[in-house]
Amino acid sequence: MAGERSRQFGGAGRVTEPVVENFPPASVSEAPAATLAGRALLSNRGIPLNLDWLERVRVNTSAVERRTQTHTARRTVKNEWQAAWLLRAITCMDLTTLSGDDTDDRVRRLCAKARQPIQPDLAKQLEIEELEIKVAAVCVYHRFVETARRALEGSGIRVAAVSTGFPAGLNPLEERVAEIRRSVEAGAQEIDIVITRALVFGGKWQELYDEVAEFRRACGSAHMKAILGTGDLLTLRNVARASLVAMMAGADFIKTSTGKESTNATLPVSLVMVRAIREYAQETGMAVGFKPAGGIRTAKQSLEWLSLMKEELGTPWMAAELFRFGVSGLLNDIERQLEHQASGRYSADYRHPIA
Amino acid sequence: MSIAEKFVSMDYGPAPEDPKEAQAWLDRHRRRFGHFIGGEWREPVGGVFFDSFDPSTGEKIASVAQALAADIDAAVKAAREAFPKWQALTCHNRARYLYALARAVQRHSRRLAVLETIDNGKPIRESRDIDIPLVARHFYHHAGWAQLLESEFPDQTALGVIGQIIPWNFPLLILAWKIAPAIATGNTVVLKPAEFTPITALAFAEICTEIGLPAGVVNIVTGDGSAGESLVKHPGVDKIAFTGSTEVGRAIRAATASSHNRLSLELGGKSPFIVFEDADLDSAVEGLVDGIWLNQGQVCCAGSRLLMQESIAEVLTAKVKDRMSTLRAGPPLDKAIDMGAIVAPVQLDRIRRLVEQGIAEGSTCWQPQMVLPTRGLYYPPTLLSNVHPTSVVAQQEIFGPVLAAMTFRTPSEAVELANNTAFGLAASVWSESLNVALQVAAQLKAGVVWVNSTNLFDAACGFGGYRESGYGREGGREGLREYLEPTWFKNAPKMAAVKHPEPKERPESNARGPSGAPSSDSNPSIDRTVKLYIGGKQVRPDSGYSMEVRAADGRVVGEVPSGNRKDIRNAVEAARKATAWSKATAHNRAQVLYYVAENLSQRRNEVAGRLAAAAGEKQAVAEVEAGIERIFAYAAWADKFDGSVHNPPFRTIAIAMNEPIGNVGIICPREVPLLGFLSLVMPALACGNTVIAVPSESYPLITGDLYQIFDTSDLPAGAVNIVTGPASQLLKTLAEHDDVDAIWSFTDDASASAAKAYSVGNLKQVWTNEGRTIDWFNSKQAEGRWFLEHSTQVKNIWVPHGE
Repeated sequence: MAGERSRQFGGAGRVTEPVVENFPPASVSEAPAATLAGRALLSNRGIPLNLDWLERVRVNTSAVERRTQTHTARRTVKNEWQAAWLLRAITCMDLTTLSGDDTDDRVRRLCAKARQPIQPDLAKQLEIEELEIKVAAVCVYHRFVETARRALEGSGIRVAAVSTGFPAGLNPLEERVAEIRRSVEAGAQEIDIVITRALVFGGKWQELYDEVAEFRRACGSAHMKAILGTGDLLTLRNVARASLVAMMAGADFIKTSTGKESTNATLPVSLVMVRAIREYAQETGMAVGFKPAGGIRTAKQSLEWLSLMKEELGTPWMAAELFRFGVSGLLNDIERQLEHQASGRYSADYRHPIA
Repeated sequence: MSIAEKFVSMDYGPAPEDPKEAQAWLDRHRRRFGHFIGGEWREPVGGVFFDSFDPSTGEKIASVAQALAADIDAAVKAAREAFPKWQALTCHNRARYLYALARAVQRHSRRLAVLETIDNGKPIRESRDIDIPLVARHFYHHAGWAQLLESEFPDQTALGVIGQIIPWNFPLLILAWKIAPAIATGNTVVLKPAEFTPITALAFAEICTEIGLPAGVVNIVTGDGSAGESLVKHPGVDKIAFTGSTEVGRAIRAATASSHNRLSLELGGKSPFIVFEDADLDSAVEGLVDGIWLNQGQVCCAGSRLLMQESIAEVLTAKVKDRMSTLRAGPPLDKAIDMGAIVAPVQLDRIRRLVEQGIAEGSTCWQPQMVLPTRGLYYPPTLLSNVHPTSVVAQQEIFGPVLAAMTFRTPSEAVELANNTAFGLAASVWSESLNVALQVAAQLKAGVVWVNSTNLFDAACGFGGYRESGYGREGGREGLREYLEPTWFKNAPKMAAVKHPEPKERPESNARGPSGAPSSDSNPSIDRTVKLYIGGKQVRPDSGYSMEVRAADGRVVGEVPSGNRKDIRNAVEAARKATAWSKATAHNRAQVLYYVAENLSQRRNEVAGRLAAAAGEKQAVAEVEAGIERIFAYAAWADKFDGSVHNPPFRTIAIAMNEPIGNVGIICPREVPLLGFLSLVMPALACGNTVIAVPSESYPLITGDLYQIFDTSDLPAGAVNIVTGPASQLLKTLAEHDDVDAIWSFTDDASASAAKAYSVGNLKQVWTNEGRTIDWFNSKQAEGRWFLEHSTQVKNIWVPHGE
């Protein structure tokens, strides 16, 4: 099947050898990262920029919107299944604080919540203590990487830092690259970079590719999530092209938005990015993760995204290795829903410890 | 299984819709329903009931009355009694009732959705999100039309009692499509729901009572095909509106031929789903999900033929298979199900049989790994590839979740394959190039074309087919026409039954000079032999015989060729080849028609002089003068009979285009040989049709004048063909001809019935004077939109937009 499909994209898409300098990073394993329709996939190590592929990108906005509208009506999970899915959503969270008024104490509070996203008595009622539910990562500015690293020590929760002049990404390139290095040195295991949106508007794909590839090198063994700034890119075709370039340049994850744009994660944007991930996997045999960020605040929304991943990519993309929610407020609503599952009564915000 | 285990598996669990309230409603009715006639529930005359089943469980839902002819008669009587008062209501009053129906449907939306799913087997998502909201939308929209009827349709009137027969695939939705426009325009209704799915129609009957709809305006009778047959044959019905299979549509056409029932048919389809290499392929795949896997493929407009451009066929096929693997089939009341149950065992058998036949004919069958419920009627989503146009699965409507895939090389081949079917209901075109999509959309023979989308419906947009997918539209302004007719026509007197002598094939004597105009002096005029006019040439008849033409006083005034079926065959072939005319711009057509008028004007005296022999001098002069004006009128209309742009509640442009019907056979009226011919042929030509005309039997010599005028007016060869001869025989041949798309008969009652009866072969559109008198000199009657509307069929092209 892969052989059949490769014809569409010519030879270049078949290259699976690492081609970007210093690739693969030391930590990249040869073990399968995921499977897609029964096919084992490696983690992403990039391919040369394939402009023909970008040229062939077609996205029909109205059709994409219809698919996401009907998707939310086609799939739902109830009762215990819903509780299980919500717990899964927690384990896929990048619990995030990115405010101008962040302080060390605030970050420590967030980390405490990350370690114990649901109260032990609730976990007991749901009989899920054995799962040791915790979030996937805590996401902060560089300044708080050290604080978070200490606060999360031994928890298995990863520290993620936004970088490269987040959120606008318009600092000089050397500074942005240096910023990545500093965060990695400070102990960040994941780096959320932002792309230069102007390069997308200008169709400067080579420059975009080079920029992201350089970021990737600077990340070293840290996982790199490429924020596309979809609220700025606006058109879904731009989103699809930027997704492909970021993956070709070696991104481990592609991420919708900074959370600072006027529109952040939406289902149509997510569908386009997820389809790009699928096509990239089918063409290259490599798996890239997806992170919607910004605007996901309700338990119901988290279920919509999880089912989107299940439908379009399958269960490997419903786990933290390949899927993250970039969220700050979602956890509270999920806790309330879980409480309802356990007690049969609707809960109130103030009954759950804040981050 | 614990939450922890579910956390690992991440499966979807069951998500059943609670049917408690709907079941309680059925219990309140003791699960037994009579007919709803004259605003009350009545026991069936025969006392016989049948059961309706839930196809997903096989459980009985309720017992429903079986209508006999006497029940149908009672319902028609009730509708007839209610008609005068209902029609006499003010527009605003009728609008209030329709508005109330819309509101009531919304109030009971979930009950109706659950009942629909229980009775039909379709997923609750569809009945809840598609069917029932569209039902409400239809009544809202038509409440508006009821309000605007007088101002928007002046001089039009309701037909009377409408008999409506609907299918089981969208039971309540199609009920709304039928009832809303009918009662909005002042008609009253007897509706028979499908035998498999009568429940929501009965729930709707209760809603009619609830909102206080006057008794008899809506009557619901239940039963099998025999009840439908009684309704079709009932003499008290003014129109039959039918949605269902093409076979039954044919039977209804034949059964209504001799009555003056109007008829609209919305029949089967084998709709193409065309994907070009520059399409958004992932979205096209979702289009298929909404197309062939909506309602388990039991959709008349389902995109059941997948036509893929060769260059992307492999990639697209793989994507389709991947997507089929994630479809979920199961209990239809589950909210996370894509496909429910097939409506009845007989349908499931049909699907199985046709798929087996397709495989036997060389198609490759692929079905995803899928666990189907052991109880209930289920069929998995199915892809048949390597399907050739000759295969039964490419030609016949399967009415199941079965997609037949084939490839094409170029846009023109895509159109050719797409149109290679007797049907013409809908089509879906996928391309990111507007040029390609619109060009293909324009060439498709289908009543609805969805660009980069599929199965979009709305009350504001007409829905209905070309060819054997039926005629008439539902929805939009075009749909209302089906339930209205010009007031003058409704009141026009019947023609006196006059027995015209059959034209003789041989002159009994030769006691006259050479044919043509009487010579003005002693020198005999040169013999003028009138011939047939076929493909722009004057040709002798195949038979080699001529018929004599007599003046009113019995004097022989000339001879015309005695055309036969072969001449008709040749004329139809010539008309089909006259693509120059159908492709000409409207401006061009106008120019040619003006030129025809100019040339007639130049010959007015000679034409009138000859015509006078048959029609008298006064009428002859009047016919020529009125004829010139009539041609002018249609030359004027040629570039002005515009379509419209509808406003459905989507981000889309919905273009309603007036397209020519194709080859139109016209039997011209006897009484006004020239003006009658022009009054019918000119609007057909103005709209881009090609014509095979049989001129007035009383004076077919007019042919000789007409073709001389056409020949000098730049009319492309074959645009008009004229065959003289015994009209009743020529009518039969024309009406039976499968390459004639419409037949118009404007002579007598018998011919009107014959045209209908003989049209069943390809279900061509039939338009007749119903044996009524038309004043051809009165332009209010004999000219204008009524004629243009019959010269066109509306194609709705949906073009969603957004970047």
